[in-house]
Amino acid sequence: MPEPATLPTLEDALALGLRKTEYELVCEKQGGPPNLLELAMYSLLWSEHCAYKHSKKLLRTLPTEGPHVVMGPGENAGAVDVGGGMVCAFKVESHNHPSAVEPFQGAATGVGGILRDIFAIGARPIAVLDSLRFGEPTGARARYLLEGAVSGIAHYGNSIGVPTIGGEVYFEAPYEQNCLVNAMALGLARREQLVRSAAAGPGNLLVLFGASTGRDGIGGASVLASAELGGEGEQDKRPTVQVGDPFEEKKLLECSLELLEHGLIVSLQDLGAAGLTSSASEMASKGEVGIDIDVARVPLREPGMEPFEVMVSESQERMLCVVEPASLAAVLALCEKWEVNGAAIGTVTDSGQMRVLSGGELLGSMPVRALVDDCPLYDLEPQKPAQPIYEPPEASLPAGASAAETLLGLLASPNIASRRPLFEHYDPIVQSRTVRRPEQADAAVLALPDGSALAVSIDGNGRRVAADPYRGTIAGVLECAANLACVGAEPLGTTNNLNFGNPEKPHIAWQLSESVRGLGDACRALQAPIVGGNVSLYNEGATSGPIYPTPVIGMVGRLPDARLAAGLGFARSGDEIALVGAFAPSLAASELAKLRGEALPDGLPEIDIATVRAAQLAVRDAVRSGELASAHDIAEGGLAVALAECCLAGGLGAEIILGEERAEADRESQLFGEGSGGFVVSGESRALQRLGESVAVRRLGVVGAQALRIGMGAEADDEAIEVSLAELAGAHAALAELFS
Amino acid sequence: MRARVLIRPKAGILDPQGVAVERALPALGFAGVANVHVGRLVELDIEDSAQLESMCEKLLANPLVEDYEVELLQGSG
Amino acid sequence: MKFGVLQFPGSCDEVDALSAARRVGDAELIWHGERDLGGAEAIIVPGGFSYGDYLRAGAIARFSPAMESVIEFAGNGGLVLGICNGFQVLCEAHLLPGALLPNTNRHFTFRQLELEVLYSGGPFTGACALGERLSIPAKHAWGRYYADPETLAAMDRGGQLVLRYAPGENFNGSLHDIAGVCNERGNVFGLMPHPEHAVDELIGGSADGLKIFESMRMSVEGARA
Repeated sequence: MPEPATLPTLEDALALGLRKTEYELVCEKQGGPPNLLELAMYSLLWSEHCAYKHSKKLLRTLPTEGPHVVMGPGENAGAVDVGGGMVCAFKVESHNHPSAVEPFQGAATGVGGILRDIFAIGARPIAVLDSLRFGEPTGARARYLLEGAVSGIAHYGNSIGVPTIGGEVYFEAPYEQNCLVNAMALGLARREQLVRSAAAGPGNLLVLFGASTGRDGIGGASVLASAELGGEGEQDKRPTVQVGDPFEEKKLLECSLELLEHGLIVSLQDLGAAGLTSSASEMASKGEVGIDIDVARVPLREPGMEPFEVMVSESQERMLCVVEPASLAAVLALCEKWEVNGAAIGTVTDSGQMRVLSGGELLGSMPVRALVDDCPLYDLEPQKPAQPIYEPPEASLPAGASAAETLLGLLASPNIASRRPLFEHYDPIVQSRTVRRPEQADAAVLALPDGSALAVSIDGNGRRVAADPYRGTIAGVLECAANLACVGAEPLGTTNNLNFGNPEKPHIAWQLSESVRGLGDACRALQAPIVGGNVSLYNEGATSGPIYPTPVIGMVGRLPDARLAAGLGFARSGDEIALVGAFAPSLAASELAKLRGEALPDGLPEIDIATVRAAQLAVRDAVRSGELASAHDIAEGGLAVALAECCLAGGLGAEIILGEERAEADRESQLFGEGSGGFVVSGESRALQRLGESVAVRRLGVVGAQALRIGMGAEADDEAIEVSLAELAGAHAALAELFS
Repeated sequence: MRARVLIRPKAGILDPQGVAVERALPALGFAGVANVHVGRLVELDIEDSAQLESMCEKLLANPLVEDYEVELLQGSG
Repeated sequence: MKFGVLQFPGSCDEVDALSAARRVGDAELIWHGERDLGGAEAIIVPGGFSYGDYLRAGAIARFSPAMESVIEFAGNGGLVLGICNGFQVLCEAHLLPGALLPNTNRHFTFRQLELEVLYSGGPFTGACALGERLSIPAKHAWGRYYADPETLAAMDRGGQLVLRYAPGENFNGSLHDIAGVCNERGNVFGLMPHPEHAVDELIGGSADGLKIFESMRMSVEGARA
């Protein structure tokens, strides 16, 4: 142990991000001041990132149980039963801060991290989705970040052979200085194949396998490094950008699954934030055991690494497992087959202590319970802001634009325009499961071996949450469920990534607590419990203030027959088109309001979750019966944009008569207003009639020809929008120049 | 001995990376730039430098579409 | 008949190729470290990133023990199909003429493409009609086919230019819109698009790719008879 004279001080603890009271608590738990290594480990495990100290109390209010849930929050990923003895593992996670520093590697390692979470519970990753937020793409920096993030996701996902099947991106000024890069992954496993992360069996061995350990992402702890090593130049040795290696991860993935297949491991955990420190402590905590780690046995990439550097390194593509001593040789042989490092670096003990050694020398010892479970949790002090927090957006639609010009302006707007220029970089078909690719249907659909299918959607409109954190979040959850309904799927479970600003500020605390309340209410009502997720706080630009509060919702559902998943595009000339649901559109916080430069409203219209859910059930059942030719939910840009999207996806026009005389303002909100619970469907007349028996169905018109015509009055050509498919397509392709 | 192998697209073979850089530089205000080519650099310590030629032909470069240039550096890296 | 599908540590589409081949015959994976091709009557070198492809696509894979056996197998007239990364490997191994270069659009690109059959006389497109259009997806970053003009002229004369991208479909900048080529003898075939991802209407939106596997089966079983 270091001499007392070299022990770090309170100042060091503060520099590492601990509060004074937290440092004092550490001293109490340790029975004296911690040494450098111990302090470094406490500072990481007691960080917001690892301890969720500002969000844990709120997260406890969320529904986490349901008939389909096999594994809930607390494991590396959640899992739901999908029938036929199979489970689907899934989770969304953020990599916001690394992506703002270096978008390509930040996004790539984000994908790598979420994939490891999936195979850490024994599931083979089968899909990736992404959720991205940037400043307006007119800005060069936003375009640089976007291109980097998309290329990074593509690089990692394509190279490792996991399809990227969907995602979403929004461009809003509050993300200019603080972009969001969230990635979701899904995995598939036989139920009995799942493995947990709790370490067990004193005497068992801890094997670290995968890439070697370097000075990656030492981050905050580098404060200690410079204090210790003294020289300014030493900072150069500590790269803050972690580089992802999908080839290494591919081998790690196959190796992990083969180890499980052969029944060689007791428990498994990936290494993510805070590296070995976090992984080993959490395994020990869950198993209520102790762990001894010998840092001298960790395969290193660089010479001369300090023990604390080894313990906190965030080098990518590494896993930790517990194995019985008799299995060690077989485990290491498999590591050799897959050409990954494998080394027994420690032992499970019954001491309840996390001990770090180097050779025979004890370098640090901490009670596992203190490290993992005793970090203080803080109450939020939420207060609704008296003043608007966000500047109104810049107007981009000329005043006095006609309805047709408005429609084209919306279709070309960055939040609505076709994502083809982005998703063309992703391989959506590898593994031969993808039944519905991006822009073919509202949700991505993956075939399962028994002929049924999984459906997945990810969504989260931060602007609407900013206008009303409670209702905006409900709307986000409903949007995901609506997407699932359009392909005929019922929700099984939900994951979420809460991206917010600084929770110590009362108005952010208010956004966060209202949003979590909405998330809980919506998930309870839909019976789509939260099985896992992540929280990313302190997303504020240096000078620009907080991001829009952005709860990103990922939802997984199941449909009985993959062949019946409806597409979003109109499919046959002559089919009837109908608006389904008690859709009550409003321009409040809509895309059109944004294009007009309007300030955010204080609140969104009330949402009747039960009514929306009933409409979703009706659409889902109609899709499952195979009676509908297409189904699409109404989202950004309202009914007119939804109709245009159905036309573009199907390559067919439509003749619409809204058929009710209304005031000018009503007309606009009818065309472009947004809200939950509205669907555009097409099919034969009697199919729509049957649908009308269970839900409000309003006939809008007929599929056909090569233009979208929307008659506003009773007469067909009264106040009509008439836009050719070519014009619609031209406007919709507005993002094409982003990747030139 | 330390050796450095420079690999670049053969003259006449379209080099999209080079074209992209050549297009980007003027946009940043750098005028008078032409003939940009983006290649690869391989550095290695080698005991028998006579092997370098064959290494390049077999693995480091694809002689069908790439030129390479071997540079021997003093001492070892 | 029996297909053997090579598996490198960085292969991605090997299982897809395996199940596609199993629609017309038996198929087994062959680990890259193996020299024994396990009695396979046709070999598929699948897509992916064989050894990470950090140096140059396919450059390292050609030296694997399994590939050495494949080179010998091809030398004896055995059928070898290279898809995407497999095509790159076959070019690097000099089993096919030419080389694959980075796409002119500089990005990994995924698209469902229309291909035209230029030659239907050989063992890989025997089940297709001359001039037939196939809807098959492509997904790659290094798919620009290049060969020098003399080589190309000879390939044209010899029926070695087997598939081309339909007008407007060539996103990678391949010379003469070339999508798939075979060797002089006609028993080794490489293409950038992925026929194994077009074997089922439900999954691929097209089953046109099955014709490639079906052609191979016909050829192998025909030779046997």
